[in-house]
Amino acid sequence: MNNPSNSVPESPVDSHAIAPASTSPTRPFYWSVRRELWENRSICVAPLIVAVVVLFGFLVSTIGLPERRRAVLLLDPAKARAAIQMPYNVAAMMLIFTAFIVGVFYCLDALHGERRDRSILFWKSLPVSDLTTLLSKATIPLAVLPLITFAIIVVTQFVMLLWTSAFLILHGMSPASTWINFPLFQQSLILLYGLVAIALWHAPIYGWALLVSGWARRATFLWAVVPFLAIGFFEKITFGTSHFALMLKHRLLGFAPNAFAFELHRNVAIDSLLQLTPGRYLSTPGVWLGLVFAAICIVAGIRLRRYRGPL
Amino acid sequence: MACIEARCLRKTFGTTIALDGVDLRVEEGRILGLIGPNGAGKTTALNAILGLIPFQGEMKVLGRDPWGARDQLMRDVSFIADVAVLPRWIRVSRLLDYVGGVHPRFDRAKAEGFLAKTTIKRASKVRELSKGMVAQLHLALVMAIDAKLLVLDEPTLGLDILYRKQFYDSLLNDYFDGTRTIIVTTHQVEEVQDVLTDLMFIDRGRIVLECSMEEFESRYLEVMVNPEHVVAARALKPIHERTVFGRSVLLFDHADHEQLAALGDVRRPSIADLFVAVMSNQAGHTHGEAK
Repeated sequence: MNNPSNSVPESPVDSHAIAPASTSPTRPFYWSVRRELWENRSICVAPLIVAVVVLFGFLVSTIGLPERRRAVLLLDPAKARAAIQMPYNVAAMMLIFTAFIVGVFYCLDALHGERRDRSILFWKSLPVSDLTTLLSKATIPLAVLPLITFAIIVVTQFVMLLWTSAFLILHGMSPASTWINFPLFQQSLILLYGLVAIALWHAPIYGWALLVSGWARRATFLWAVVPFLAIGFFEKITFGTSHFALMLKHRLLGFAPNAFAFELHRNVAIDSLLQLTPGRYLSTPGVWLGLVFAAICIVAGIRLRRYRGPL
Repeated sequence: MACIEARCLRKTFGTTIALDGVDLRVEEGRILGLIGPNGAGKTTALNAILGLIPFQGEMKVLGRDPWGARDQLMRDVSFIADVAVLPRWIRVSRLLDYVGGVHPRFDRAKAEGFLAKTTIKRASKVRELSKGMVAQLHLALVMAIDAKLLVLDEPTLGLDILYRKQFYDSLLNDYFDGTRTIIVTTHQVEEVQDVLTDLMFIDRGRIVLECSMEEFESRYLEVMVNPEHVVAARALKPIHERTVFGRSVLLFDHADHEQLAALGDVRRPSIADLFVAVMSNQAGHTHGEAK
């Protein structure tokens, strides 16, 4: 074989041993995920932009903060707590929504872009299986995006807390009311739990988007969405009912009533670890049906990619 | 051991037959030129070898079933599909990182060495490189992979003559070591003439000619016949006749050199000459009809 002047460390990791050629250890999955992040910078950039916009809005809104805070503290404790938490929750929800949109559009392009620009011929010339490729692509919306979202939300909320505290101190007020009513560490735990719950709940949506991106020759968004709209309209026109539309709505938002217990508190906010109901959530059939559907989509996507070449 | 062994390869796209019962055997250490008109089935044959498309019939590439185990096969096989398949958004340095991270036989230092001879910058994105530089980059990646089989499908399409020359020079001098096998398809037949060890013509999904270059050189002769000898020359059953500057040029298979020398100027035909002869002899062949 080739000359052994090889600077890459040799390793026996490579299990198949047809030739005694020098081989170096590989991490196809790890590098495939990194590759996705290189290609799709919006995965990081879009949430960051939204975070900056949110922070700017919050900054402007602090102009009248001292007066508002004094008024809020006169309310009963639960209402005061809800009012103080509100901007933090809005920031989190906007970022979670952004991540969802980014995730869906990422998936719709994930297996389509490589066929459109013919680079699939290059990716397929490397010893990376379709299984690894699909799993690395599914990992982005199911694990990478939630983690990025988590980090950005926590940092955003922390900056908001610091800003509020500084502003209140400047106006001779104690910042304690903010820190007591929005305990960042506890809220981060709730957020993390929520993000995991949402990722599991939305897995079939991402799986479906991935499958369509591997299947459709063009207009992946239309192929992914129009069939559902058509069924919904058909049901409405034919039977006058909207069970299907409700089912879709449930798939978008249904994680909340299962993953959290709202009835413990009078307000809608989630601010106690007691409100987390992982046991109930994991025994919800909707979670598992969704995961099964997602798995079917991914397996179909793996088989499909085997047959796929450039468009 | 044969590098590629295939029996009765068939592939159809709808009603179009792309491969029509191809038998193929490529030994290790050969450089095979697969030559054919557009739509002859060259790319289909290569895609089947690379495990990119399913096919009927039997095939073993390096002892493996290509369709069943593409990712395994790609540890030992490299290919350049055509000039423009490298992702345009990626940076050169990251491309090296990625290939190094997923390919067990990629030698990064070697790739860096090849790139050092070019003007390609590590920080550039592929979309910022010229077509020729992209081809150089892809070649640098492929040459740094210690593969047993290299498949090149029109690797120099659209490149200027300097890049094309350099491409084949690098391939022969820095890559081919007598144990690797290379299969190349190209329309620029004259450029690979001196590179090949074996020759295969394919037309409408069938192999119409298969020979080694030694055989090619000993079998075929071309004669520019003196006008008075044209009738005598035609009696020797040339496989093709064309007219150059008003004189007949006849191509012979298995003819006696001395006998031909008496009729006019004898020379060795180029692969292109033989290709034209063989293709125009294909009954009912109309160029450009295919797939």
